[in-house]
Amino acid sequence: MLEISDLAVGFSREGRFARVIHDLSYSVERGETLGIVGESGSGKSVHALALLGLLPQPPGKVLGGRALFEGEDLLALPESRLRDLRGGRIGVVFQDPMTALNPVLTIGRQIAEPLIRHKGLSMRQALDRAAELLDLVGIRDARRRLPQFPHEFSGGMRQRVMIAIAISCEPALLIADEPTTALDVTVQGQILDLMAGLRERLGMTMIWITHDMGVVAGIADTIQVMYAGRIMERGPVEAVFASPRSAYTWGLLQSLPHGAHPPGGRLRQIPGQPPDMFNLPPGDPFAPRNPFATERCFKEAPPLRQVPGSVPGHVVAAWYDLPAALQAAP
Amino acid sequence: MTEPLLRVEDLRRTYRGRAGLFGGGLVTRAVNGVSFDVMPGETLGLVGESGSGKSTTGRLVMGLEEPDDGRVVFDGTDLTALSSARRKPFRRRMQIVFQDPYAALNPRMRVGDFVAEPLVVHGIAGSAAERREAVAGLFRTVGLDPAFMQRFPHEFSGGQRQRIGIARAIALRPQFLVADEPITALDVSIQAQIVNLFQDLQESMGLALLFIAHDLSMVRYLCTRVAVMLKGRIVETGPTAAVFQDARHPYTQALLSAVPIPDPLRERGRRRLPFDAGAFDFPPGAALRDIGGGHLVLEGASR
Repeated sequence: MLEISDLAVGFSREGRFARVIHDLSYSVERGETLGIVGESGSGKSVHALALLGLLPQPPGKVLGGRALFEGEDLLALPESRLRDLRGGRIGVVFQDPMTALNPVLTIGRQIAEPLIRHKGLSMRQALDRAAELLDLVGIRDARRRLPQFPHEFSGGMRQRVMIAIAISCEPALLIADEPTTALDVTVQGQILDLMAGLRERLGMTMIWITHDMGVVAGIADTIQVMYAGRIMERGPVEAVFASPRSAYTWGLLQSLPHGAHPPGGRLRQIPGQPPDMFNLPPGDPFAPRNPFATERCFKEAPPLRQVPGSVPGHVVAAWYDLPAALQAAP
Repeated sequence: MTEPLLRVEDLRRTYRGRAGLFGGGLVTRAVNGVSFDVMPGETLGLVGESGSGKSTTGRLVMGLEEPDDGRVVFDGTDLTALSSARRKPFRRRMQIVFQDPYAALNPRMRVGDFVAEPLVVHGIAGSAAERREAVAGLFRTVGLDPAFMQRFPHEFSGGQRQRIGIARAIALRPQFLVADEPITALDVSIQAQIVNLFQDLQESMGLALLFIAHDLSMVRYLCTRVAVMLKGRIVETGPTAAVFQDARHPYTQALLSAVPIPDPLRERGRRRLPFDAGAFDFPPGAALRDIGGGHLVLEGASR
């Protein structure tokens, strides 16, 4: 469904230039939910913007690569065609629904607009459909809410509206970038349940970008852990959570609190700071924070390779052998 | 028996919205009768979602906002009865750390001067050399290289900025710290570092902590007791283990059921309990009732 190869993105700031995505390659199968996990500087959001033709250029710049979506290269398409795809075959949901919604247009108009543009519906048909969509995402009394404005909706309700817009044209692919991060945990739970249901019903393929390992554990088939513009590890969620092979994935999982803390105990913390993209170390970018790094990690960036003995598709970029290193550790 | 370091009694704070065309602006009861104690050296977790009033409670405790009603008793003295001048010595003993470390920092001030500021304000700085030495010591305490003192905020990552904010907060060696969502804005790989730092400080300085958060798994890990807020009131409070293992209020139960667990097998099989906060009204005569062992649950008057 989506096949990205050798995507490279750069960024300039104050006359300096940095590579923020390094030859990124991955693919997503039809019907699959891919959870992409990363933090500041991981490139998880930047790469999605680049795919959608939404990367501000400058300061960003796509340096190369291909992104085949249903046979078309997203990176080579003219803006007019990309606009057709966005909101059509590709739905998009971002973190902050307030900035994504137009404050002076009614909710009904904003849901109807893509239906008119992509599906050729009349305004009347589009508004009927808009009411159905609001109902589908769990907004009660949908018809009465169509003439209302975004400020009349709570944060969680606005994010539901964004989801209604994103799925309005029954996209083949939904890209969601931190869609629940700004929401309360109970509202997040409702949205996650809602998305799981919609995915089943519409047979959507999803890319869900987040920093939350718990969210990925619940929603994704495949997890892809990114750091400093590279994939560190990727594989079926069960395999990766049960036996992480990247020291970064392992560190993230270990640093999370499990239950009550033992007296005098401390969380297992990852040392150091997130990567400075304008000052990346040579080799494996996580090496300076990795207690298991070998000499080679500081010199040469490791390729992604199948994890020996794990399920097919569980790949890791590491020169060290994490299970062996953990066993040897005191 | 030890006296609490902080005693909050029936704290109330109302915001009045702008009056509409026909008068009578909307009244929001942000904090509506909140009471709790914090013992010396203890960590109390104050949890709740947006609009619960947890941050307003923290600000009222710190005197950053004035309550409409209620008392904030610190070490036996009712701060709400004091003039601003007479409250000043207490400000040395209680400090706050905010969610967004960048907003709290002055972008044009060297971070060393920012950390030194409370020492200057309270006139305990001594000479410039003594002040520098004191700030260098604070930097080392929070895990920052004292050489960073000369730098500006934009040169630091989020986690480092939060360390700078903490260094300033502990400069006057307070006994009590309000931490208002101190790790929410930080990268996941940095959150554990900051939580560990809080624990280190607590052990070395005997700090009592009011930890305001929405991240329940971190609260469970860090806090000895927890209070759950909903719509300006505490609906459940008690020892952390009791509240997490035997939650009684439907809101606490819903909140706990919604926390994502980083385990695909458990996460797949779970069911989230619904709770419609918008439709929820407190039952008439609702009051906290002790169900044993200091575990209190908000319940309506018995019929």
